[in-house]
Amino acid sequence: MKTRRTALSLGPIYYLWDGPKWRDFYFRIADEADIDHVTLGETVCSKRQHFSEPHIADVIERLEAAGKQVTLSTLAMVTLERESRHVRDLIRDAHHKVEANDLSALGLLKGRPHSIGPLVNVYNAATARTLAARGADVVCLPPELPATSIRQMLQAMPDFAFELFAFGRMPLAISARCAHARSKGLTKDNCQFICGEDPDGLPLRTLDRQSFLVLNGVQTMSNSCVVLLDDLAVLMEAGLTRVRLSPQDCDMVRVAALYRATLDGRIEGKEAVRELEKAYPGIRFSNGFLHQQEGAAWVARGRSATTAGG
Amino acid sequence: MELICPAGTPAAFREAIEAGADAIYCGFRDETNARNFPGLNFSREELRQSIALARRKGVQTFVALNTFMRAGDEALWYSAADDAVTIGADALIIADFGLMAYVAERYPEQRLHVSVQASASNPDAIRFLVEAFGAKRVVLPRVLTVQDIARLTRQIDCEVEVFAFGGLCVMAEGRCSLSSYATGKSPNMNGVCSPASHVRYREEAGALVSELGAYTINRFGPGEASGYPTLCKGRFDVGGTEGYAFEDPVSLDVIDEIDALKAAGVCALKIEGRQRGKAYVAEVVSSLKKALRASPTERTALVSRLRAMSEGQRTTSGAYDKRWR
Repeated sequence: MKTRRTALSLGPIYYLWDGPKWRDFYFRIADEADIDHVTLGETVCSKRQHFSEPHIADVIERLEAAGKQVTLSTLAMVTLERESRHVRDLIRDAHHKVEANDLSALGLLKGRPHSIGPLVNVYNAATARTLAARGADVVCLPPELPATSIRQMLQAMPDFAFELFAFGRMPLAISARCAHARSKGLTKDNCQFICGEDPDGLPLRTLDRQSFLVLNGVQTMSNSCVVLLDDLAVLMEAGLTRVRLSPQDCDMVRVAALYRATLDGRIEGKEAVRELEKAYPGIRFSNGFLHQQEGAAWVARGRSATTAGG
Repeated sequence: MELICPAGTPAAFREAIEAGADAIYCGFRDETNARNFPGLNFSREELRQSIALARRKGVQTFVALNTFMRAGDEALWYSAADDAVTIGADALIIADFGLMAYVAERYPEQRLHVSVQASASNPDAIRFLVEAFGAKRVVLPRVLTVQDIARLTRQIDCEVEVFAFGGLCVMAEGRCSLSSYATGKSPNMNGVCSPASHVRYREEAGALVSELGAYTINRFGPGEASGYPTLCKGRFDVGGTEGYAFEDPVSLDVIDEIDALKAAGVCALKIEGRQRGKAYVAEVVSSLKKALRASPTERTALVSRLRAMSEGQRTTSGAYDKRWR
């Protein structure tokens, strides 16, 4: 049976990278990465927008010249008038597809094709159908979803594009309060963009020095990196058509190549995982949510689960 | 402003009526509601009897169906909605868009309230919920200041309810997977946060260590008051400094802001605590009811009693005050 080629998608950078680093990252993705879709734009904190804005036009041009489909991301949490205005302007003026990451964007995008990001709660096909009826044509599922739910949704909506969050530290929570700024003796309103000091997140450990979470401005992420390389084959058989990589401060071109090779069956999942350890060294991998366990767990296929704490 | 009171049991429900609740919210005894704790919540028959009693006393009943439907098991949530409507709930409190669509289509006359778990934090978000599902009221996430709320209510055609007292989520509600990252059980999917089933305490060199799943959440020295290891109220190490990285073990109390909230256009104040006993519910509800009627100076005395009942006995006005950020 001939199946569709599973597309590789790059999610927005959740961290604060300075303008040139942000621009050069995407230039390299454009020039070197075998990626089909790129979603970009500040998603976590509206205060950071001016860092990437001067470079967005150049980045989009370079990505499109390289044949990538570009989607613009909206903010995950909109509370201020300024933020509402930004989302409205972006949606009104966009010549590109837009990814909704909060309810305001869901409302404003009605009637035109759009994407749903992993920060919108789509836990079942009834919700996906409701959003599809309003114009959504791809949903990146929340990282918390177990494989049983994903399979059920793929089965219920075989012609709809679901995307799986398959690589990266997981966005676990967002707050009005900036724990990142607080940890450095600052407040959100006078943060001095201190989160820019930690381009791959600021580690938060337990009092027993267990790696646990990382702070990324107002967002809290997992310390472990989701790696679904060895889990993708069965989900592709079930009808998964898109796989998302979430940018980390590592060699994402290499990461994309390993995922592409795994999707194409050119490398075994387990071997790809071993190779990935070289591309993103010193980071613990996890896939517990997919296996209906604690998200931090790493479940090797065919073996029992282990929970890492240290 | 209406006072919306929690009831985890029929006994607490009766106490809340007597104490002066305008409306009481409760849930069924399963994962369709976000306080899915052992020994809590209502059977269909218990809800029927409670609603009948509330009706006689002129009190409304809101049924919380505020978790996200598990794919493939939607029937559990649909039948909970069917039964709540049939039994006569005055409003359903819902977070999942699929369930909202089901209720809006099947029961267009049923009042639909948007749960705090849906995280509707701005005018466009609320317009979406009104337009798509006919929402009549939205419970705001605890991410807005009183000024933000005042600006918001002017722009929408929908009632606004806010949390006033009780447990405090530090993270935007319905958008937090910290608990399931550590335990596999989450508010969104299982209706629990930092569940007791995954909590352990151990003694270590005179200190009491609390754990959630495989993770140390706090360590209490000799003589230090210990507390439940709710993940976001734990002590952690960030950059070599130990402390409460997200929030101290405090609870929410915005009684000092009652007049400001009213002026901001808030129509209802919600008390958190369906997991609390009936004595707590009675005390909190009657004190808050008096506080709503009292002058600001009289209010202070009423409130000091209540604060002694709060978790950790320390309170915060949370995100309602801009300085909290």
